[in-house]
Amino acid sequence: MKVTYTDVLVIGGGLAGLRLAIAAKRRGHDAIILSLVPAKRSHSKAAQGGMQASLGNVIKGQGDNEDVHFEDTVRGSDWGADQDVVRMFVNTAPKAVRELAAWGVPWSRVRKGDRQVVINSQKVTITERDEAHGLVAQRDFGGTKKWRTCYVADGTGHAMLQAVGDQAIAASIPVHERTEALALIHEGGRCYGAVVRDLITGELSAYVAKATAIATGGAGRIYRVTTNAVICEGIGTAIALETGIATIGNMEAVQFHPTGIFPAGILVTEGCRGDGGLLKDVDGHRFMPDYEPEKKELASRDVVSRRMEEHIKKGKGVQSRFGEHIWLDITLLGEHHIKHNLREVYEICHYFLGVDPTKDLIPVRPAQHYTMGGVRTKPTGESPTLKGLFAAGEAACWDMHGFNRLGGNSVAETVVAGMIVGEFIADFCDDPANDISIPTGVLRDFVVREQAKLQGLLVGPGTEDASAIKARMQEIMTAKVGIFRTGKDLEAAVDELQKLLVRSRNIGLKSRAPGVNPELVTAYRVQKMLKLALCVAYGALVRTESRGAHFREDYPRRNDAEWLKRTLATWQGDATLPTLAYEALDVKRMELPPGWRGYGAKDYVDHPDTAARQAEVEAVKQKVSDRFELQRTLLPFEHLLPERLRGRNERIDEPLAQQPGRRTA
Amino acid sequence: MTQEQKINVVRAGGNGSVGNGQKLKISVMRFNPSDPASVPYMQTYELEQADGMTLFIALNEIREKLDPSLQFDFVCRAGICGSCAMVINGRPGLACRTLTKNVGPEITLAPLPVFELIGDLSVNTGKWMRAMSERLETWVHLKQAEIDLSRIEERMDPELAEKIYELDRCIECGCCVSACGTARMRADFIGAVGINKIARFRLDPRDTRTDADFYEVIGDDSGVFGCMTLLGCHDVCPKDLPLQTQIAFVRRKMVAEGMK
Repeated sequence: MKVTYTDVLVIGGGLAGLRLAIAAKRRGHDAIILSLVPAKRSHSKAAQGGMQASLGNVIKGQGDNEDVHFEDTVRGSDWGADQDVVRMFVNTAPKAVRELAAWGVPWSRVRKGDRQVVINSQKVTITERDEAHGLVAQRDFGGTKKWRTCYVADGTGHAMLQAVGDQAIAASIPVHERTEALALIHEGGRCYGAVVRDLITGELSAYVAKATAIATGGAGRIYRVTTNAVICEGIGTAIALETGIATIGNMEAVQFHPTGIFPAGILVTEGCRGDGGLLKDVDGHRFMPDYEPEKKELASRDVVSRRMEEHIKKGKGVQSRFGEHIWLDITLLGEHHIKHNLREVYEICHYFLGVDPTKDLIPVRPAQHYTMGGVRTKPTGESPTLKGLFAAGEAACWDMHGFNRLGGNSVAETVVAGMIVGEFIADFCDDPANDISIPTGVLRDFVVREQAKLQGLLVGPGTEDASAIKARMQEIMTAKVGIFRTGKDLEAAVDELQKLLVRSRNIGLKSRAPGVNPELVTAYRVQKMLKLALCVAYGALVRTESRGAHFREDYPRRNDAEWLKRTLATWQGDATLPTLAYEALDVKRMELPPGWRGYGAKDYVDHPDTAARQAEVEAVKQKVSDRFELQRTLLPFEHLLPERLRGRNERIDEPLAQQPGRRTA
Repeated sequence: MTQEQKINVVRAGGNGSVGNGQKLKISVMRFNPSDPASVPYMQTYELEQADGMTLFIALNEIREKLDPSLQFDFVCRAGICGSCAMVINGRPGLACRTLTKNVGPEITLAPLPVFELIGDLSVNTGKWMRAMSERLETWVHLKQAEIDLSRIEERMDPELAEKIYELDRCIECGCCVSACGTARMRADFIGAVGINKIARFRLDPRDTRTDADFYEVIGDDSGVFGCMTLLGCHDVCPKDLPLQTQIAFVRRKMVAEGMK
């Protein structure tokens, strides 16, 4: 049996995984990254529109700061987020942009003087400040009060992944490409690494590490219609679930992006609407202002997606041979803007739709986009129940997005979480108490167990077709566990998914070749994906309220009194359903107590503690005027950050005194 | 060539527009190098043309319904990750964004040459690109080891940032390398992808390296002087990178450096 030893085993080679490996390596710990594909092909690459960080360089971002970003994120989450984590995040995001700027990301920059932009379908001239010239620019995105989204044209994730990927190469961090973790190795509540399959040779081996980090992204492919890459099958989350010890948070919180191109589901960025694009119906009517007079096309994604579907249900969708859709109109932005700032959108429309978006409308419809749930962790990124297991990025639920993530906050989260969790992993590895000694017999048992499962699929008596089961699961999820949910549909979904899970234990392969065997891969993955699908569907069935992206037609109100809590799922052995538990959010500690989001439904049930906490917060606001002091009084968080990431962020309007700031390598 | 012209070339390589319901014949080069008994051969699959069908959709349909053993690579299926480059009707391109109606009804698919073959249409571009990055040190060599993350970022001219991004759009798909005459003859040639990386970092004021440093890594026949100016790279680049001008420019700079 081959065993590979390292300090930090990072599962997933996207932005979060790469960045936390770099952090650990810089602190003197060896790291190995496992990746299904070459790291630079990870799904982080698909982030187009940008990354939120409150730099406040552009004139429309003036006055932006951590406090505004914090409030936008918490409102966006429909109060599902952990406010400590949101604070850690918003304070680190500007540092992350600045680090990436130094690492070579060609952020789009502010040009001083007049420029024409489109705001609310009007051409408007705005004037950028001289002192902002050459600094990182920001664009508008949904659910934000200020222009905060830093961008590289519409290839932001691509440019970030190039820079961070190259930094990982510079740091000599090995990426074991085309490998897949099939199971976590754990004993006595301690994680020791993973059983790993080489996707070229088919061989299994054990990787042993002091710390194991899951950074495998989302699980969009449990749905039929998704913007996610084909590798986003949630396997990292699933192997954590399969330990029976690690908990998975809020899997029912699934985001649907308003503008997947129809019918392929390929994403066109929120930047289209941020830069002034409009949503139109079959009559060419711009309908969003009718529903959302305040934020219009730029309400949060959950709200815009629901409004689009609602409008289609009213018969206002555009008919096509594949079904109905809405139009996205960016023609008013002009050819120059589209070909410079939205060029990936231009290419996608050109190649996949045969449409020229400088002249034509783009057919769009909401598509599954983001998995808010994931491996539940503490603010340090470590699982509260399985020692030595960490998670970061979309695969994690530490929980900064609650029930709806804002556009631009996920690619920001990848690097921010990489920075923060990477430091905590380094601390963890520094501590002699976390040294490990693991008998090879334990490793062997885990490898043998996984090998037996694969053998069962390869030569067993099974008769079920893996692809057919997967397709059916995806169909159920899209049809019954989508944007609008009902108890009846969810019950039917849970019931059928359970049956599919049982059937998936009886898969037989047509192709029994060892080594690369795509059918075998589909077979073992679909068994895991079904467990995640059941966490989503069952979690959604039990949660009898609507919050963020989770919308129950039969329970349309947000119900803080009963449901201001996080769903925690665990999975036991051969069960066909997860075990659900709930973790209450503490209103009495909230810096921003629950209220109306500023868009979407105004109707919700208050938590019994909300009024008292609101009064407390108001009283403090009356007394304290300095924003930093106010913040510290309401929700002290800085002690939660790694030391090297603490400290204020300089802005044009908030210069720092000349003392040396915090430094990092 | 412009994007439009490139598409026309691809169309010319195919047999014209294909209507829905018409039969597609997709011939794939099959070979599994890890199986000692395997020998290369062409296998033809038939399926029905459908609206909006791409090679991503067609190949997955083949694998799900006709042949579960067929190997190929897709990740983003949106033309941005560079995983699915293959030789389509004799021309390297991204399979995910190739509409079958434009290249059918008879389509021939082969793996990219030059790269290590994993099996069928799957090649190990990742390994090649990592080696290229290590050799050319394709990262910003910083002035100082420490960055003050609390301070306002360094300024950059907005147009320069755009120019850097223009070259940074490379998706490392390998099309340029597989279309390169030199790369077919010498295994150590760095290809247009490598030369473009050097052009990108040369342009970046954050990188402290000088032309003398760049000359060290590409100033010979395995680098920029190996280019025979056939420019297949430029014609096939799916991202329309200005490879022709960048190679000429870098070569001129390296000649000047070599004459010093």
